[in-house]
Amino acid sequence: MKFTASINVMPHKALLDPQGKAVTHSMKNLNLEQIQNVRIGRHITLEVEAGDENTAREAVDTACKKLLSNPIMESYDFKLEQA
Amino acid sequence: MKFGVVVFPGSNCDRDMEHVLGNVMDQKVEMLWHKEHDLKGCDFIVLPGGFSYGDYLRSGAIARFSPIMQEVLDFADKGGFVLGICNGFQILTEAHLLPGALLHNNNRQFICKNVYITPSTKNSLLTSGISENKAMKIPIAHGEGNYFANDDVIRELNGNDQVLFRYCNSNGEITADSNPNGSLENIAGICNKQRNVFGMMPHPERAADFIQGNEDGKVIFESILNIVNA
Repeated sequence: MKFTASINVMPHKALLDPQGKAVTHSMKNLNLEQIQNVRIGRHITLEVEAGDENTAREAVDTACKKLLSNPIMESYDFKLEQA
Repeated sequence: MKFGVVVFPGSNCDRDMEHVLGNVMDQKVEMLWHKEHDLKGCDFIVLPGGFSYGDYLRSGAIARFSPIMQEVLDFADKGGFVLGICNGFQILTEAHLLPGALLHNNNRQFICKNVYITPSTKNSLLTSGISENKAMKIPIAHGEGNYFANDDVIRELNGNDQVLFRYCNSNGEITADSNPNGSLENIAGICNKQRNVFGMMPHPERAADFIQGNEDGKVIFESILNIVNA
C-alpha cells in the first residue's frame, strides 16, 4: 500500500526564530500590525510504500527523528493518508 | 602523521585546509571523497568548511549520512582525532559526535569577517600551545553559527572543560558585544568528553600562512602537531 505523509517541522517555541522575526517586522510594511509572532518552519511531503499504516507510520517517524528534524532545535508532527 | 580532508559536494575550504596542512605544516594530506568507505590510513580526519549538499534541510544534516561519515563515526568511536571547521562543526553536531546545534545567526545575516577568539582551556589538542587570554584574530563565514544547547549540556561542557574557544574582543575579554552570532556563552568551539573530536566555527585555515596576511590560526595547527608528533 502506498501512503502519503504531510510533515510539519517547526523551530522550538523557546528558541529565537530570526526568519519569523524578520517576517513579523515586515508585516508593518503591509500595514498589518495586527499580525504578530510569525514562526517559520518547513513542510515536507513524502510517499511511503508499506504493508500497513503502522509500518508506514514507523518509517516516517524514523525519517523525522533521524534526518528531517533536529530535536535540539525543532519539533515535528505529521499526518498519514493512504494514497 | 597523515591527515585526511573529507570532500563533500559543496565543500569549499577543503583546498585551503590541504594547503595549510600540506604546504605550511609540511604534513601528508589525503583528500577523501564523500562516497568512499575508506579513510586510507589517515591518523587525523578534518571535515572542512563549505556548504555540503547545498546545506539543504539543515546545515550538515545530509552530509552526516554520507558513506564516508560512517567510517568517520567508527574512527571517532575508537578514539581517532576528528576536527570539524564551520560546516564540519555543523556536520559533527548533526552526527551527535559533538553536543548541541548551530542555529541561524541571531541577526539572520550571513557573517563574513574577522573576529577574535580566545582559548578557554589548555587541556586540548587544539589549544595546548596557545597562551591564556590570547586574542586570536580568525575569520568567520557562516549563516548558522549560533551555538545552542540546553542548560544541562552547557553545564556539562563547562564542568568537563570542553569549551575550546570563546568569542572575545581584541583584548581577549569575553563580552556580549564581541559575540557575532548569538552563541550561548560566546562559545566558538568545543570538544567531546573523550577529547578526540573537535568543532569550531572560525576558520584557522584561512589565517595560517603569511600570504593570507594573518597567521593567528597557525598556532592551532602547531598545537596539534606538537602533541600528536611528541
